[in-house]
Amino acid sequence: MNGVHDMGGMDGFGKVEPEADEPVFHADWESRVLAMVRAMGAAGAFNIDTSRFYRETIPPHVYLSSSYYKKWFLGLEEMLIDKGYLTREEVAAGHAKQPGKALKHGKFDLGQVERIMVRGQFARPAPAPAKFNIGDRVRAKNIHPTTHTRLPRYVRGHVGVIELNHGCHVFPDTAAMERGENPQWLYTVVFEGRDLWGADGDPTLKVSIDAFEPYLDPA
Amino acid sequence: MAWIEIRPHLVCCMTADRRASTATDQSAYLPAMSHDHSHHDHDHSELSETELRVRALETVLTEKGYVEPAALDAIIQAYETKIGPHNGARVVAKAWTDPAFKKALLEDGSKAIGTLGHVSRVGDHLVVVENTPQRHNMVVCTLCSCYPWEMLGLPPVWYKASPYRSRAVKDPRGVLADFGVSVPDAIEIRVWDSTAETRFLVLPMRPAGTEGWSEAQLAELVTRDSMIGTGFPRTPGAPS
Repeated sequence: MNGVHDMGGMDGFGKVEPEADEPVFHADWESRVLAMVRAMGAAGAFNIDTSRFYRETIPPHVYLSSSYYKKWFLGLEEMLIDKGYLTREEVAAGHAKQPGKALKHGKFDLGQVERIMVRGQFARPAPAPAKFNIGDRVRAKNIHPTTHTRLPRYVRGHVGVIELNHGCHVFPDTAAMERGENPQWLYTVVFEGRDLWGADGDPTLKVSIDAFEPYLDPA
Repeated sequence: MAWIEIRPHLVCCMTADRRASTATDQSAYLPAMSHDHSHHDHDHSELSETELRVRALETVLTEKGYVEPAALDAIIQAYETKIGPHNGARVVAKAWTDPAFKKALLEDGSKAIGTLGHVSRVGDHLVVVENTPQRHNMVVCTLCSCYPWEMLGLPPVWYKASPYRSRAVKDPRGVLADFGVSVPDAIEIRVWDSTAETRFLVLPMRPAGTEGWSEAQLAELVTRDSMIGTGFPRTPGAPS
């Protein structure tokens, strides 16, 4: 979806402000939100792409005025209600009013912690040979799905070169919408900065994205 | 300007009164139509309201038998104490001193790091990109906040915030200036936008004047930002 989360190339957000000696969390609630998202994801309540989509669907004015973990919280709560793991009444009351729904991987307990400290695996067997080779010129498609996609707006319609082939991976565009993993070839595609940003762009800049095969046409 | 004054009020009410049933329905985030602001106390901060809501959610998840609070504590403790830039720093220092490891690291980051027993385990698809005298690498996630957690810990706020996400792909030299660093004009800047489940770690150039240093000594020079590409390693003798 063409949401405000797709920020590459936008102007007006001001300077980057690094914080000296930044703590891991700025408040206890932030750490609880992170842990709940990780735990419920690991328990099988949702996949990572679905959780990203819920954050993207937070309305633009709320998205832009909420802190990072606030967005995580808003996305998590809405997603768990939507998926039937809890109800709006329970959230409002702060207590369970009916039994829980079965989780795909069961309750998240202490025994599960170790396995989530390593990232999940997203590589899948290839359903078909790769269409592109290293060095091929490709054009990012001019697509504007209203659902989840990982093709940022700033490259759409532009020509780049395939630099790396990462194998076949879970396709976020379908996984996020719970329409299956639909594995697709994944490539690093490099674009010239001036192709993206025009003649005034930095002539020494190259930008790459990791693009799934359905995002690309031969060029 | 008026909107600046009313914004916190709007955010507060919106977050308190979301009612609809689907995430794509924006009414879920809008104030209730019948909501009476006159008895609504706006002296409380957004933070405290958020804290209450977060506690309520955890209570519900616990009561419904989905999560064990001690397991949440353990996740938090791991991110606060075990996983951080020291993991990446050891990998970088090893690459600076062991050419065979560096070659393996650049070929397959996850596999090479997996051979180091002393570094925390790493997931698949870690791509290590090398800074050279001709090229400076920077990593961003314009769409969200993808970051090599296992190597660097949780990302800093600036990495996840709008200024960095919006500008890194368009004006990386301007972003570097915000960090007080610059890269000579003749050097290519390569920005890696983490748009999939690959993760990128920058291998910075080894500082001059470190000949004969041990891995442990070198690791002390490797900063988090030097592995994101928004900074450089410390130089010998510089304050840490």
